[in-house]
Amino acid sequence: MKAVMISGRTLAQGAGCEDKMSPLYINEVSCCYLSEEDYRALGLSDGKNLLLTSPHGSAVLRAGVDRGLPQGMVFIPMGPWANMLIGTDTKGCGMPGFKGVEVEVTPTDEKVLDIRELISRGR
Amino acid sequence: MEIEDVLCTFCGCLCDDIRVEVKEGRIEKVRGACRLGSSKIMGHNRIKSPMIRVNGTLKETSYEDAYRKAAEILVSAKHPLLYGWASTTCEALKKGILLAEEIGGVVDTTATVCHGPSIIGIEEKGLVGSTLGQIKNRADLIVFWGCNPSEAHPRHTLRYSSNACGRFTPDGRKGRKVLVIDVRETRTARNADRFLRIQPGTDYEIISALRMIIGGKAESLPENIAGVSRKELIEIAEMMKSAKFGAIFFGLGLTHSRGRYKNVDNALSLVSELNSHTKFVIMAMRGHYNVTGVGQVLAWSSGYPMAVDYARGAPYYNPGETSCCDLLSRRDVDAALIIASDPASNLPRGCVEALAEMPVIQIDPFENPTTLFADVVIPSAIAGIEAEGTAYRMDGLSLRLRKLVDTEHPSDVEILQAILDNVRRLRDDN
Repeated sequence: MKAVMISGRTLAQGAGCEDKMSPLYINEVSCCYLSEEDYRALGLSDGKNLLLTSPHGSAVLRAGVDRGLPQGMVFIPMGPWANMLIGTDTKGCGMPGFKGVEVEVTPTDEKVLDIRELISRGR
Repeated sequence: MEIEDVLCTFCGCLCDDIRVEVKEGRIEKVRGACRLGSSKIMGHNRIKSPMIRVNGTLKETSYEDAYRKAAEILVSAKHPLLYGWASTTCEALKKGILLAEEIGGVVDTTATVCHGPSIIGIEEKGLVGSTLGQIKNRADLIVFWGCNPSEAHPRHTLRYSSNACGRFTPDGRKGRKVLVIDVRETRTARNADRFLRIQPGTDYEIISALRMIIGGKAESLPENIAGVSRKELIEIAEMMKSAKFGAIFFGLGLTHSRGRYKNVDNALSLVSELNSHTKFVIMAMRGHYNVTGVGQVLAWSSGYPMAVDYARGAPYYNPGETSCCDLLSRRDVDAALIIASDPASNLPRGCVEALAEMPVIQIDPFENPTTLFADVVIPSAIAGIEAEGTAYRMDGLSLRLRKLVDTEHPSDVEILQAILDNVRRLRDDN
């Protein structure tokens, strides 16, 4: 499924912000939220994960439902997982495009990486 | 012992009415803070001792050795980056600027990946601003554009905006209209009187259409603007014009998406034009508790609010060139001092990989993903809890942070001074 990815703040991400190695933070920022319709259409109810691919990279995330999202839009709390999908071009003003990234979303059996694996991957 | 009127050092609201119970030198209870603030004030797992990476593994060491190693890294670098600053005091950044001048480095704050574009927009256009107090006491229309205070600034609505009771707003939420403009229905949107959902990356078009309507040119607009009907935008423009005192709070919905600083520039024009009809102000929802303050300190020290390069011997500023993401992705820096921030979590992957390739010094009370590749780790006291200092609220009001409990860790100011002393000693030796 093609979608537009938005990253941003959430309460749980913020509460774990100063305790980033905690399960609270890691679980929150490694989850990709979709609309109820998209969640059902992708058959995610049996605990499948999601593989998200953008022109800049890819990441495996857990899937969750956010009723406030329209179809075709996914939301990832800001953090290391969302940033796997974000490019370094700042359009000459210092700011990468953290919101509005075109992604391909596919259900997967792959596991969500541990934070240490994620950071060391590609090093 | 209960300490009253404590400042919360989490977000840009800088709430100053928190009560903290201290027993035998430890924080026992936090009252009045939101989930974000109490989580921070209660404290978590701290980095216990300074560490230096030896053969790929972090080994505990003394503060003196950590300072010396940090100084060696900075002195031998051609062009180091000193990044972060948003969650420490203004006094710490003053030391950081001295250090950057000494070693010809770049000082950049987390604003560049947050409200940096807002600052560029304000530089271009100027700002019809106010304090949060004015908004609390006067505003009868609150607009949240591309921000979600319910999750990012949980007490904002209660203390400063939609729900606050003030001198001319005694009815609080009942006496106000709240409008939310966003690409998704956030928790903030669910509590609004009106929610306008727009397509991602179309903020600029929507703002331009509102400006045309407010300027009396509604008939020139098409029936549909970026997926929103003209009729709906006319109603929203009317809502804005008929307010006695309107306030727009905007967030990263404007700065992170297509258009970047131009979105903010356009929103500032919209507010300026609304002032031909009524009183209207606009404010950026600043994230970290002192991101506003460090921008101020940089501005009065160097003339520039972020991304300041001291390599030329005089401050030089060019966002897109001297901002951290560009410096990292182009490999324009060769060492980094990271303080009070976590670029490994918050920068695009390509920038994180570049950072991991170079020597990294980290100054922070807490372990985070940046620690995983830092070469020198220096644990610090938590500003506003274990060390005093100055911080600026999101509206530019400077407030004094107090020390609540003692700690064995030095403050950011002490750490930076010690590194600076070591740097000067090394340079004298050379």
